[in-house]
Amino acid sequence: MTTPSAVEIRGLTKSFGDVRALDGLDLSVARGEVAGFLGPNGAGKSTTIRVLLGLLRADGGTVRLLGGDPWADAVELHRRLAYVPGEVTLWPTLTGGEVIDLLGRLHGGLDAARRAVLLERFELDPTKKVRTYSKGNRQKVALVAALAADVELLVLDEPTAGLDPLMEEVFTECIREAKAAGTAVLLSSHILAEVEKLCDTVTIIRNGRTVEAGTLESMRHLTRTTVTAVTSADPAVLAGLPGVHDFAADGHRATFLVDAEALAAVTGRLSSLGLTSLVCAPPSLEQLFLQHYGDRLPAPEQVDPGLPRGDHTSRMRRTRGDHGLMATSSSHSSSSGQSQRAGDGPDGDPITPEHVG
Amino acid sequence: MVPTVIRSRPSTSADVNRRAMTAAPLSPDRSVPFTRAGTLLRFAARRDRRRLVIWVLALAGITVYATTALGAVYPTAADRQARAAVMQTPAGILFSGPGYGTRDYTLGAMIANELGLSVMIAIAIMSIQTVVRHTRAEEEDGGAELLLAGSVGRRAPLVTALGLTALADVAVAVVVTAGLAGAGLALVDSAALALGWALTGVVFGGVAAVTAQLFEQARGATGAALAVLGVAVVARGVGDVLRPGGGPLSWLSPIAWAQQTRPYVDLRWTPLLLSVALIAVLVAAAHRLSRHRDLGAGLLVPRRGPATASPLLAGPASLLARLQRDTVIGWTIALFILGATFGSLTDAVISMVANNRQLARVFALTGASITDSFTAAVTVELGLCAAAFAVASILRVRSEESAGRVELMLAAPVHRRRLLGSGVAVTASASVLLLVAAGLGEGFAAAAVSGDAGLVGRYLVATLVHVPAVLVILGVAALLVGAVPRFAPLAWLVVVWALVAGMFGQLLGLPGWALKLSPFGWTPKVPAEHVNVLVQAGLVVVAALLIAAALAGFRARDVPA
Ligand SMILES: Nc1ncnc2c1ncn2[C@@H]1O[C@H](COP(=O)(O)OP(=O)(O)OP(=O)(O)O)[C@@H](O)[C@H]1O
Ligand SMILES: [Mg+2]
Repeated sequence: MTTPSAVEIRGLTKSFGDVRALDGLDLSVARGEVAGFLGPNGAGKSTTIRVLLGLLRADGGTVRLLGGDPWADAVELHRRLAYVPGEVTLWPTLTGGEVIDLLGRLHGGLDAARRAVLLERFELDPTKKVRTYSKGNRQKVALVAALAADVELLVLDEPTAGLDPLMEEVFTECIREAKAAGTAVLLSSHILAEVEKLCDTVTIIRNGRTVEAGTLESMRHLTRTTVTAVTSADPAVLAGLPGVHDFAADGHRATFLVDAEALAAVTGRLSSLGLTSLVCAPPSLEQLFLQHYGDRLPAPEQVDPGLPRGDHTSRMRRTRGDHGLMATSSSHSSSSGQSQRAGDGPDGDPITPEHVG
Repeated sequence: MVPTVIRSRPSTSADVNRRAMTAAPLSPDRSVPFTRAGTLLRFAARRDRRRLVIWVLALAGITVYATTALGAVYPTAADRQARAAVMQTPAGILFSGPGYGTRDYTLGAMIANELGLSVMIAIAIMSIQTVVRHTRAEEEDGGAELLLAGSVGRRAPLVTALGLTALADVAVAVVVTAGLAGAGLALVDSAALALGWALTGVVFGGVAAVTAQLFEQARGATGAALAVLGVAVVARGVGDVLRPGGGPLSWLSPIAWAQQTRPYVDLRWTPLLLSVALIAVLVAAAHRLSRHRDLGAGLLVPRRGPATASPLLAGPASLLARLQRDTVIGWTIALFILGATFGSLTDAVISMVANNRQLARVFALTGASITDSFTAAVTVELGLCAAAFAVASILRVRSEESAGRVELMLAAPVHRRRLLGSGVAVTASASVLLLVAAGLGEGFAAAAVSGDAGLVGRYLVATLVHVPAVLVILGVAALLVGAVPRFAPLAWLVVVWALVAGMFGQLLGLPGWALKLSPFGWTPKVPAEHVNVLVQAGLVVVAALLIAAALAGFRARDVPA
């Protein structure tokens, strides 16, 4: 018998009054794996985590946490996990050290040596009252309390919000160590570099629904490579090739995007045009991200102030042509088995392989 | 929180500049700290619109209702004279006014004497809340930072808070005046009565403006201002009992000033000058203090604390106890003093009744001893205080939830039953502690003045007899917190009802079933009556059922909800 995965969510739904916060969400985190959990503001990340912690009751779908039911077996399961909430509010009249001890004791005691080391690494003064801590320092208190616990799963909701780059580095090391020790981590974050650095798998959600899930590698495969080439012959012919997008030429210098599947054919054609210079940029997570964040379903609440306007509009333009890509990738994913897509096209059409045409 | 060190900010170059500027003619600085106070006031009024309108209408409504009801319950002069006799008893004086007009107890004199105290306490609470909401509470949750970073003057929030409070208090005065005059009472006296109440409200708004500068947390600022209110109420009561019509102790209390205008009896305006003067002093003091501190900071600076938690801090119960520690200590001291105050009046009660044949007849009619009736009447007030504490204390669980801290505990292996159960247990234990303190205070003081040591036990029983009623109110509040948290503040209605039924039930001639809606309506008036074990057990069972329902409700709902 294999041990059940750390987190297994299928078709989770949750509404607050008329607001449908989660709408058929899927998420899985394997044992010992670091799973990134991404999505625009209000997508439902914190809500999902609260359901996982048995704080909110799911309306529908199945949720398994460390092999148990997060609502019914909450107390038992919580012995085996630690949590850092998205918005850290602590008891203002207690000191940081007291909060760490209290949370540790609620867990049934904590390792004093480990606590001391973590305080040292995060450069946290435990004698200050919580009220007098800066935002980043309050965050550190919650992090130290969670990391000092001996658990199978860490549930972290935007844990590095407010940390300076040095402390983010410390956090990264701590997560790597936790992973090495076999701890699974569910990491909700808006910091792509952090996710790219740490996560084995990534789940992207939007409007309470999973739109992309899989390993980062498999996702990279689904997006386009940016190609900048200088050829001796006129590169304009490339614009018509299948799998080439956003083609722009300036004399003999061409810049365009290529679908992963078309890469081989396009490079072959490039060399036949007399290639003199070639730069290929692999798709970044950011690109992948913008693709899913920018191409939003009509939902008035989902305004992301973090996205620059320019990017947003250019994305909107680009997503027109995305339809084909999404279809391609869905057929691709079924063959690779590594990645899955649960999203709809921008106009709500179900994606079918026929679109590839 | 152990605020000790007084921080005096060293004079910075900015201070020096400011001083130089104020010295200059046509200095812009005079207006700068208050910039946009007008805009802010409109904004604050909009935000508080519903809250203040409810307060104002409720206060005015109660006054007008009482006026009509009293006319119906006491139609003849003889009825009113009988009532006047009751109001001349020590307990009557303690819970009403100095007793002007009791010789010819007209409807107006009755309103001024018996309604004034409660309405003033209510207006004072409204004023304290409003000031703290718009000053310290705003700073605490960061809203003030946003405003002050904009083009709002540094002291504009303080001016706004006081302005809004004064507006609300004046609104009460206007509506009350109209209501009383409409009910046929003399217009000028009605205006004086209402103005006195409103000025008392502004005085306590001023007190809150000062405490808001001293304490870093809204809770502390409100608590300190309420403590001042409590002292003022007790000082007036004791002063008036010690010397009918008001002694030196009474005149120290702002509550007395409004009562000393003697409306409908022998009107004089001069005592209100004291209120106006105190308001000016308090407002000036608050502004002075606010100049000497940073945004978000108090003048009382908290020290550092321990790097590790004491072994006692290990679960939700010890955490809640720790969070409430200072509050419980404050309440315990306050109730001990209040009990001692009541107890020390025992002697005065005996001699007072001995010197007054009419009073002696009132007590002879009831069949109970003078001191026992008095004790029974005042200990109900102590029980109500404990009930108020219980509601405030269990609502703390709700505010912890709203702040996101319950989530943090429930994400640890802590059962929901254990969490809310801890809240109930801590609250219940602290409530019993308060009643013990109150009973001991009363007993010791009574024993000291009368030389009868047996009174300690007797008074302790008289106080503890209210524990089941307090538990029932705690149960109602816990049920709201557990099952329908959005309506949790409604728990205060139960306390208010118990207060109204306890203090005015007889005065307004409320029907028996209405009195029985308050758990205190079931509790026998010990020591004037005997302890009824059956009733006590019944109340405990009701409390237990309510608490069980609360735990079940909390188990079934979303957190936060
Ligand atoms: N208690 C609640 N009552 C009503 N609506 C809620 C509640 N909690 C969450 N929501 C709504 O559910 C949706 C998802 O919110 P959630 O906090 O899960 O988003 P998120 O992905 O964590 O966003 P962020 O990145 O900003 O933290 C939002 O539309 C939010 O307004
Ligand atoms: Mg969130």
